[in-house]
Amino acid sequence: MIKVNHLSKRYADVYAINDVSFEVPEGEILGLLGPNGAGKTTTMRILTCYMPATSGSALVAGFDVFRDSVNVRRQIGYLPENVPLYPEMRVREYLAFRAKLKKVPSRERSKKIDECIEKCRITDVQKQIIGTLSKGYRQRVGLADTLVHDPKILILDEPTIGLDPNQIRQVRQLIKELGEKHTILLSTHILPEVEMICSNVIIINKGKIVAMDTPSNLASQLRSGSNIGLEVRGNGEKINSALSGIKGVKKVTWHDKGEISKYAVETEKNVDIREEVFAQVVKNSGIIREMKQESVTLEEVFHQITMQEQEGTT
Amino acid sequence: MTNTGTIFQREINAYFLSPVAYIVIAVFMVFSGYFFSIMLGITQETTLRYSLAYTQFILSILTPVITMRLMAEESKTGTIEPLMTAPVTDFEVVFGKFLAAWALYNIMIAPTAFYIIFLSWVGHPDYGTIVASYIGLILMGGLFVSIGLLVSAVTKNQIVAAVIGIVALLILLVIGLASAGNEGWFYSCLRYIGTYDHWDAFSKGIVDTRDVVYYVSFTALLIFIAIRIVESRRWR
Repeated sequence: MIKVNHLSKRYADVYAINDVSFEVPEGEILGLLGPNGAGKTTTMRILTCYMPATSGSALVAGFDVFRDSVNVRRQIGYLPENVPLYPEMRVREYLAFRAKLKKVPSRERSKKIDECIEKCRITDVQKQIIGTLSKGYRQRVGLADTLVHDPKILILDEPTIGLDPNQIRQVRQLIKELGEKHTILLSTHILPEVEMICSNVIIINKGKIVAMDTPSNLASQLRSGSNIGLEVRGNGEKINSALSGIKGVKKVTWHDKGEISKYAVETEKNVDIREEVFAQVVKNSGIIREMKQESVTLEEVFHQITMQEQEGTT
Repeated sequence: MTNTGTIFQREINAYFLSPVAYIVIAVFMVFSGYFFSIMLGITQETTLRYSLAYTQFILSILTPVITMRLMAEESKTGTIEPLMTAPVTDFEVVFGKFLAAWALYNIMIAPTAFYIIFLSWVGHPDYGTIVASYIGLILMGGLFVSIGLLVSAVTKNQIVAAVIGIVALLILLVIGLASAGNEGWFYSCLRYIGTYDHWDAFSKGIVDTRDVVYYVSFTALLIFIAIRIVESRRWR
């Protein structure tokens, strides 16, 4: 549905995005993940024909964003960052205005607006003036606007930014539901969000794509080993050396020395030493109060990838 | 073209949902009423010619206040982004906004119709001259609005848009006034560019094609430039 080919955007001497290529197949939810200023918004603005690329091309729903801009814009619903809305209008009035602009036939207009209002759960504020709405409602009004002409593609720029945890949950749920009918490209810098809703992730940093995969693959790709957290009552010294002796252990860090000790045991890839740890601790007459396996989260992957990149360039 | 109508409708609503329209209309009525009564007292003539001549200054100051928000507000608040990513052309957006501001201008000058009623009550005004004056006033409004619209398109700051617009309109008015009565190609150029001479013809009751062409072509040119400026975002 979206096909991006070697897209670059340059401001003076700085590349906002540099040679970016990716594809979003129909029905997929793709997450653009990156720190602030990585080029997510720039990419989306180019795809929505708001501004042109310096070089490269992009096809949205089969139309070129530069040459066939009006046709592209007919196929997309775009939610810009911070959701700019006209503060003096009422919610329903605004949606009616947008539906008219987006050429929803007048016979279906009222029905379509009702549908969107219901889907985005803004029924109780539909007669309210937009300027008086809370951030969460504004966000949902913005979402309703993107849906009103039933576009094939939704492009959502930071859809959950500035919302409280409950609202974030609701919006994520809503996006997930929308993903069943629409192709979605969304950007975020919140990692769990991607893990929860996206089927594919692109990590973008300083205008370049640094990784592209499914969320779980990305995590496992970078899992150099797993950590075991341990809390033990007993002779710390003895247990420490016993743990270090287990086969497959790379490193043991011992903190909180005292009657109760805490250890972080780093192991090699694909080794499960939990039972051995239990045996060793018991052998040294310790009592295990807690043992947990910590798996690598996307957060760490993201941090590692973006930091590696920075080390590489400096 | 239906999009132009949609934009027009929204802009007109926005004017009357904010205090702008009411303030501008009220200020205009105060000053135009003042000039009307003063000029009527001095000249003792049942004509609008003299009072409307002074009204031009008020219009030069108030029209940019009407137009300052047209594009500048959208850029400032970011609403230009959803607007321009909807399937509308730049022409439709700019022209719709132009029509809305022009409509408000005409609504603003509409209450002066009361002066005509008053004149017909105290004497026998020349209605032909008055009709010509209003044609001139409306055409001049189109030019004033297009200048304000153009200025609003180049800045994000409404105050800047208003101030530059006012200065531009006053210059346009003053160069015509100041070169009146002077000979030579330079002064006749200034007189042609300035609005005063063209307006003067209308207020005397002369609807000359040259003056109509001046207003219409100048307005069209400015709207065209404004569209190009808005559009420049797409290829810059």
